Amino acid sequence: MEALSKKRIDEEKVSLDPDEFIDPETLKLEILSKYPPKVARKKAKQIIVNRKETEEKYPEIQANVRTVPGIISQRGCCYAGCKGVVMGPTRDIINLTHGPIGCGFYSWLTRRNQTDPSTTPDGHNFMNYCFSTDMEDKEIIFGGEKKLRAAIQEAYDIFKPKMISVFATCPVGLIGDDVHAVTREMEEKLGITIFGFSCEGYKGVSQSAGHHVANNGLFQHVIGLDNTVKDGDYRVNLLGEYNIGGDAFEIERILNKCGITIISTFSGNSSVDFFANSHTADLNLIMCHRSINYVAEMMEKKYGIPWFKINFLSAGAMSQSLRKIAEYYGEQKLIDRVEEVIAEEMPAVEKAQAEVRPRLEGKLAMMFVGGSRAHHYQEMFREMGMIPFCAGYEFAHRDDYEGRQVLPNLKVDADSRNIQELDVEKDPERYNPRISIEELEALERNSIKLRDYEGMMTDMPSGTIVIDDISQYETERLLETYKPAVFCAGIKEKYSVQKHGIPMKQLHSYDNGGPYAGYRGAINFYHEIDRMVNSKVWDHIKAPWEKSPELAARYTYE
Amino acid sequence: MLLRHTSKEIVERKSLTVNPAKTCQPIGAMYASLGIHGCLPHSHGSQGCYAYHRSTLTRHYKEPVMAATSSFTEGASVFGGQANLLQAMDNIFTIYNPDVIAVHTTCLSETIGDDVPQIFGKAKTDGKIPEGKYVLHANTPSYVGTHVTGFANMTKAMVDYFAKQNGHKENRINIIPGWVEPSDMKEIKRIAGELGIDFIMFPDTDNVLNSPQTGKFEMYPKGGVTIDELISTGSSSGTVALGELASGPAARALDSKCKVPCKVLDLPIGIKATDRFVDTLRKMAGVNVPESINIERGQLIDIVTDMQAYFYHKKVALVGDPDQLIALTEFLVSIDMMPIHILTGTKDKKFEKKILSLTEEMPHDVNVKSGGDMYLFHQWVKNEPVDLLIGNTYVKYIARDEDIPFIRYGFPILDRIGHSYFPMVCYRGAMRFLEKILDALMNRIDRDSSEIEFDLVM
Repeated sequence: MEALSKKRIDEEKVSLDPDEFIDPETLKLEILSKYPPKVARKKAKQIIVNRKETEEKYPEIQANVRTVPGIISQRGCCYAGCKGVVMGPTRDIINLTHGPIGCGFYSWLTRRNQTDPSTTPDGHNFMNYCFSTDMEDKEIIFGGEKKLRAAIQEAYDIFKPKMISVFATCPVGLIGDDVHAVTREMEEKLGITIFGFSCEGYKGVSQSAGHHVANNGLFQHVIGLDNTVKDGDYRVNLLGEYNIGGDAFEIERILNKCGITIISTFSGNSSVDFFANSHTADLNLIMCHRSINYVAEMMEKKYGIPWFKINFLSAGAMSQSLRKIAEYYGEQKLIDRVEEVIAEEMPAVEKAQAEVRPRLEGKLAMMFVGGSRAHHYQEMFREMGMIPFCAGYEFAHRDDYEGRQVLPNLKVDADSRNIQELDVEKDPERYNPRISIEELEALERNSIKLRDYEGMMTDMPSGTIVIDDISQYETERLLETYKPAVFCAGIKEKYSVQKHGIPMKQLHSYDNGGPYAGYRGAINFYHEIDRMVNSKVWDHIKAPWEKSPELAARYTYE
Repeated sequence: MLLRHTSKEIVERKSLTVNPAKTCQPIGAMYASLGIHGCLPHSHGSQGCYAYHRSTLTRHYKEPVMAATSSFTEGASVFGGQANLLQAMDNIFTIYNPDVIAVHTTCLSETIGDDVPQIFGKAKTDGKIPEGKYVLHANTPSYVGTHVTGFANMTKAMVDYFAKQNGHKENRINIIPGWVEPSDMKEIKRIAGELGIDFIMFPDTDNVLNSPQTGKFEMYPKGGVTIDELISTGSSSGTVALGELASGPAARALDSKCKVPCKVLDLPIGIKATDRFVDTLRKMAGVNVPESINIERGQLIDIVTDMQAYFYHKKVALVGDPDQLIALTEFLVSIDMMPIHILTGTKDKKFEKKILSLTEEMPHDVNVKSGGDMYLFHQWVKNEPVDLLIGNTYVKYIARDEDIPFIRYGFPILDRIGHSYFPMVCYRGAMRFLEKILDALMNRIDRDSSEIEFDLVM
């Protein structure tokens, strides 16, 4: 994957009309000049014109820092990252929000995570429900632990779940309710797994803090509960895939076809039963690096499961990731099977590419989402002949931009220090290094980099624009200056972009679409972008009289 | 089954809310703020609040919903949010240049005890509020009341901050429309216009959250009540407030602050409530009702006359907000339908009594609850099935599981369009309501009738 990406960068020149082209550095200065000086100094480090200094070193970007109040950012909160993103897609756990009603209400079914309860024997599915303690003023004044305890009891009595988790919201942290003490007590009383998350909305600087809190909770309370080893020649976990619009189903289809068994997906189409024995897998595959790399690292330390980064978004990345997995296992049977599958799947993909390419070739795309998708979707746009010209993350860290080699140099600021780093040690019985040092070295020579992620900026040509935590103002300036053919972000940005007359694709929830992962997903995405960019609607925006207003006389009859 | 864990057996719950029929105050305050012209709503709390509120309003309206936040971090939560709000106001006026910033609080800033007027005072002293620009605020702790309370509080704040007596009464009426859609506000304005009344409506989200596609994004669309108009509300001759919970507090504040007398009415949903609205406007303004309104009313009654057979004594279950449900129940009863399950998530002492009195003569028992949730509502439906469900988008899970016709009405509607453009209030709105009811019921007849019974003419 790496080799191909580098080659692409060299081949690909950002081809814009030189007469009309506004230099990104000029635009950056213009944007900064609008801001008060203190804000401008901060934003100057978050708006980067990408350039390849050397093959290894890309310009530094400031990321995972506080959003300036009043700037209108895309970001949400720690609770959203923990409850909404990571824990939300698991169907057979009761996710109980401890707080006033809003937090639970807004995170109720709004992320389009699909799930198939028929694949777990008990058929539990609580995803269509919203559970909350609905704290009121008396709990804020006198404490909410009593109500939380009673709510857990009621949830247990009525629904008989296997597991309950509790999410702390902003006021819970302030009034000092101890969700961990209450859940421990109720776990003992009821005899099922019950645990809490300290994911108060004010923690950290974005959703990212919540991902980390969720990772810690899963690792401490769920992973490793069940030592049953499932059958399968190649047994992997898929980390950071949330089954938005059915992505995980398409990935499952392809991996199964290759003979690869998914033990657990974190956390699309997931069951806590799958999490419980995920530590028995051979390999962890990481899709969204930002939201889940902590689990991968901790599972490697405790259980000896190696991990590497894959990307199943775009046909090219899908094939390369499959080859990488096959190469990791090194068995001819799998290598051959993967090639057969690729050969079977690709004709339909190539046909779709050929169909849309003439209508999309050379057009600009911009994407500002998440902690991974702004990177993953670039390959998808290139496959349509489009140019990912500006990109950035909403809540990523520097390693997601520049690659994990920057990790040792990252400064831990006050906001990150508040998020617990677990001390993980080898499990005395269950640690089992899946791969020897010699094999590891051999793999490195074959260019499979374990525990690595090269980041987004390495994949973007010089002269492209990277913006961390983009603001509404910056979004508008990019749209006005470069008039992209398509802009990708989330629901809050969707309609302000479209009012500019520019199609906007949601890359968080996929609008109403998906799956976009895998081969069939790539085909869906090509058609989706083709539909949006080439829709007739864009021709209708101006009425005939607005297009030629000069004629304003009228006939008169005597 | 989508809601496979919902059982028929009703067990009393004291602490656990399942599938809420309400959300929190700040989103209501944000919606009301968008009804001020040139206003940027501001959420004084952590980022998640404004992100969630903007997302939900955006999904409901499919329109840009602009707002800002104080972006509290752990530090602000310990030391208070003054520095965050001051910096936010400076950035907002510098970068986004609104006429007004409407600040609402959250559970976080309320628990800390931030004093917004004191922070405004500091901002004024520090010169952070430019000449000719305005700020206002409402306290909207998420742990008190619901989204409806937040709407009411921000609407009242418009009075508290701006309404002024100018010494004499103008021949003009204030209309407080309550938490209704932009299309409803437009319809209420149209009716007042038909009556030839000079009026000020606040808040007014028409032309804000139903703005046209022009190829040019306007951060502050054309609509919304202006600050000058809000100031003038203090010298109007009277106020008509629609919906006790959403509009009552603002109307009474205007009365006590500026001595503008008010009438608080039900939302004009259906025949009788619209009759009272038109009659009140007529008397307050001293005008005659024009023939055009009589025609609309007559058309509505004509539909009821012609189509009775299809809705007579049909059982309906309603879930939503008190102001809407009270008026809707009256409407349904008035056309011989039977609303038998009526539930709101908002706690309101008078609600249950009022519903029971409206349904008193209906030949059926009624389940009514304020402060309930949709889990209980679903259980009621399981125990006593109905012919029609009316509620927000979340009800579609119940509708599908129980195979019952369903009309989307209320907040939020996340999966259909129409509510921003086509009103459900006044006579024309009632006609549309009836059209929706008939479509739902008659589509079901078409679906379920045998080939032998299948009717062309209905």
